[in-house]
Order: sequence, then structure tokens, then C-alpha cells
Amino acid sequence: MTLFTTPPGGASATAIADPVPAGGAVRARSRARINVLGVIGLVIIVAVCLFCFAGPLVYHTNQTGSNLAASNLPPGKGHPLGTDNNGFDILGRLMVGGQSSIEIGAAVAVIATSVGVIWGAIAGFTGGLLDSTMMRIVDVILAIPPLFLLLILASTSPPSVLELIIVLSFLAWQVPSRLVRGESLSLRTREFVQAVQVMGGGSARSVIRHIIPNTMSTIVVNATFQVADAILVLAVLSYLGFGLPPPAATWGGMLSNGSSYIFAGYWWQIYPVGVLIVIVVVAFNFLGDALRDLLDVRLRR
Amino acid sequence: MGRYLGHRAVTSLIVIIGVTIIMFVLQHHLPGGPARAILGAKATPPAIAAFNKEYGLDKPLPAQYLSFIGQLLHGNLGYSYKLNISVDSLLALDLPKTFFLVGIAFLISAFIAIPLGIVQAIRRNRLLDHGLTSVSFLLYSMPSFWLGLLLIIFFSARLHLFPPEAPQGSTLGQVITDPGALVLPVLTLVLINFALFSRYIRASAIDSLAQDYIKVARSKGLPEHKILWSHVLRNSLLPIVTLLGLSLPWLFTSGLVIEQIFNYPGTGLLFFTSATSQDYPVELGITIVIAVTTVAGNLLADITYAVLDPRIRYS
Repeated sequence: MTLFTTPPGGASATAIADPVPAGGAVRARSRARINVLGVIGLVIIVAVCLFCFAGPLVYHTNQTGSNLAASNLPPGKGHPLGTDNNGFDILGRLMVGGQSSIEIGAAVAVIATSVGVIWGAIAGFTGGLLDSTMMRIVDVILAIPPLFLLLILASTSPPSVLELIIVLSFLAWQVPSRLVRGESLSLRTREFVQAVQVMGGGSARSVIRHIIPNTMSTIVVNATFQVADAILVLAVLSYLGFGLPPPAATWGGMLSNGSSYIFAGYWWQIYPVGVLIVIVVVAFNFLGDALRDLLDVRLRR
Repeated sequence: MGRYLGHRAVTSLIVIIGVTIIMFVLQHHLPGGPARAILGAKATPPAIAAFNKEYGLDKPLPAQYLSFIGQLLHGNLGYSYKLNISVDSLLALDLPKTFFLVGIAFLISAFIAIPLGIVQAIRRNRLLDHGLTSVSFLLYSMPSFWLGLLLIIFFSARLHLFPPEAPQGSTLGQVITDPGALVLPVLTLVLINFALFSRYIRASAIDSLAQDYIKVARSKGLPEHKILWSHVLRNSLLPIVTLLGLSLPWLFTSGLVIEQIFNYPGTGLLFFTSATSQDYPVELGITIVIAVTTVAGNLLADITYAVLDPRIRYS
């Protein structure tokens, strides 16, 4: 798991797998339970994507021009979830805000994972000085808490979607690179990789055709957690006021807006968006856990 | 062991040098560079050129980097021209407050998570274990700011039990005179840490329980509570040392968010306000201190671990 907001030890609460395999029956049962959660996670993710991307086609709202005459309306006719202090419809804003979260989250997961995989596979396969150098670079970036670096960069000028994707990816590829390096260190001593070399195959062929495909399960699991992570960081960033600049709608920004009205009792400005963020993050974590179980990552011993 | 520690010390030093290079590059690429940060946005190009000459900023980059390092080694982290005070004096005031907040939260969460994690390991896959696992999973997926807001809504807006704002004051002494106002920020951090720690302890205790020395202790008839106390607990505590080292960046990050929500006058809030006012020297100074603390913390954790667990020294 990457380390934006994620602590060491793994992306999800269950990331630390039991070091000792449980008994057969218990194992099968807990596996089934986790896979049910995985399906639930997948269903939620699909539903949220539909909500954010197809929703606005059905439910038309104006999310760019404020309408102060309709500000802070409680849920009711015309506004199922009420309006915020600028008169924006909350339900419509949830949809639009979700689009940027999901797009950026998915893009960061793809980029960070790809860079991390290539970096880690080369380091682990080559070994020696190159490996140490590449891994020290990873250590350096990991030593700086990403939120601090993000705020320094975002404080110079409000970021665009593309800039956010690039910076978030730059801060997220270290963990997949470490995971893949660990695996390729052991894979390179395996017979099928040595056979390639004996037959005169180049290093590039070994890495691309043999090492990387064998780390695929680790990669897929990590990428799932990366999405959850990126969505969380994005929410924190917009909550602190350093996300996409207005008039862009963001979940973190909505929450930050609503938090000014906690004591006014405008609950509809806080609960829907907060709950939605938690649900999406939990869904990706469920899916990641289920995939790890399914693909037997780390449980393979 | 000497060789192992020597190796770790050298890699830590390399990482710290790497961090300073990143910070140096950042400092030079922030809008306007150091000259504009100091002379202000209205400085004329000749004034900037004169400034650059006076402070050696027209020299080649490697030479500039060396003088940057020289400043750091003298403990000079820069000067905030916005607040008209050195970054060192700002940190001298605010770092103790942050260490206090984060430290208290770490201790409390470890104190709760250790027994619960061990109980979970003993009753693995029972109702209690599943219950606690679900709780930590939920807490884990909650953004820290959302958790903080929920606590404010519940304990301040609804029950009027604790104030929504952390105690104010420029020194640590002033901050701790109002413990009631500390409850919510500390509680938020404790809940976030607990989710992670209890998983860690659980996994580590499950590992200890399966070891041969537990079987030996059982077969020689040692009572179960003695086994738990002197074998399981002690061996499960080892990872806590590593955990503290590894958690430092995470503790600082959640500290930043929590300090912003509760307006707690620590380094995190200072960093946040500097980011809003584009006070780059302060931002960079704080980041360097945090990165170096992180690297030093990891090194210290490794050393402590090697001292506590003789097996490490030979691997």
C-alpha cells in the first residue's frame, strides 16, 4: 500500500495476513466470508461509478453558477439532499465531485503501479549496485511524508487534474516497487528464469516475459489499494483547501464547506459526502482483500 | 552486530543526503526562488541579481548545495520573512506541542491495542475477534478529518461535553493547562492509531503463540497466564518498536490534519498556515525536520530491535 495516508503494514486493516495458516475449515470459511465482502466491494464500486458518471445524465443540476437564493436548503422537494451555502444541489454535487475522485484515483493507481513494477523488477533482477541505488531513491521519497510535499507544491499554485495525477503518482510508486523487487529477487533464482539466460535470452526478455507476469497478483492487489489511497489523499487535500480550485466540485471540498455549519445543524452538508467517501474507500479495501485471498498473495508459502 | 548497525547508519546517512537534495531542488524551483521569497514580490530584476551575487546564488549549483548543507549543519533552517522570525525559533515553540500530542496518542493507543490484540490472537476467529476486526477495519477506512468532524459533532455540538477547539497557547505549558480541550484531538488520533496497532499486535501474537517455546512452556506445565505474560506478551511487544519507527511519517501526517481541524497550535498547524500564506522557508524547514526525524526514528528502531532480539544480529 502506498503511503499517502496509509500507515506502514499494509493498505487495509486486514493487510497483515495471519502468519500462521488457520485450520482447513476455518480457513475456507474465512475465505468465503472475505470473498462475499469482495463482491460487496465490487458492487459498491460499480454502483458509485454509475452514480457519478451516469447520474448527471438523468439528474440535471447546475454546479458552476451559485444561487444564493437557494442556499442551505434542507432536503426536500427539488433538492433530495438539500443545498450547500452557495445554493448548489448536494446530490448533483456528489455526482460531479465523485467523477474527479474516481478518475484521478484510477489514473494514479495505473501510473504508480506501472512505474513501481518496472522499477522494482529491474532493481530486483539486476541486483548489486544498481539495486541499492534504486532502492535508496525509493527510501528517500518514502522518508518525506507525502502530504507535506503535496502541500508545498499545491501552495505555489492551485493544481490541475493532470498535475494532481502526476504528483500523486510520483508519491505512490515506491510501495509497489518494493513489493515487486522482493518478488523478483526470489524469481530470478528460479529455474525458468535461469533457463532463459542459458538459452541466450536477454535481461529484458526475462524481466518482461517472466518476472513481471509472475508478480501480477501482487500488482493487481496493490493497485486496488492504490485507488482507495489516492481517493483518500485527494479528499484530505481538498478538505485542507489545496485540491482542485473552484468551480470544480470535490468531495473533500464539500466536507470542508459543510464543516463550517456543524453548529448550525446542517447535517445534509456533512453526512452524505462523508459517508460516501468512507463507503468508497471501504469498498476498494474489501475488493483488495478479496483479490489477495483469491490470488493467494502472501498466503503462498 | 557492529557490521549490521554500521551498514544501517550509512544507508540512513545516504537517505538523509537524498532528502536534502530534494529540498534544495524544491527551494530553487519554488516561484521566484530564495531571492523573491526574501525581497518580496515587487523586487526588481537588478535587485534580485545583486541579492543573488551577495549571497552566492549566482554560483554553480553544487557549490550552492554545499552552502545549503552548511547552513543546515549549523542548525539554521531558514528565516520566515512573512512572520519575521527564524524557522528555528518557530519550531522550538511548536515541535514540543506536536510531539506531546502525537506521543500521548501513541502511548494511549498502544496501551489499549496491546491487550486487545493479544486477546484477539488467543480467541482467533471467534466473535470477539471478528467484532474487533470489523471495528478496526472501519476506523482504518475513515479519513482522519471525517473522524475528527464526527467526534466534534457528537461530543461538542450535541453533548456539549468537550470544546471543539484544542487548548491555545504559545508554549507546551500553556497547552496542557486545559486537559478537557485536549480530549477530542487526542481521542481522534488514538482511534486512528488503534486501528493499525491492534492488527499489528494481533498478527505478532498469533506468530508468538505458534512458536516452539510456547509448546515447551505448555508441556512443562506452566500456567496459561504465565505463558501469556512472560512469553507471548514480551515477544509480541518487539514489533511495537519497529512500528513506532515506521509510523513516524504517518503520525506526523495525521497530526497535521488533526491539528488543522482542532486548531491545535503545533507544527502541523504552522505548516498548514505557512502553506496558505506561501511561506516557503517555514514549509521546507518543517519538512526537512520531519524527514530527518523519520530516518533517524527508523534507524533507532532497528538498533533497539537488534539489541532486544539477538536473532536479528546474525541475519
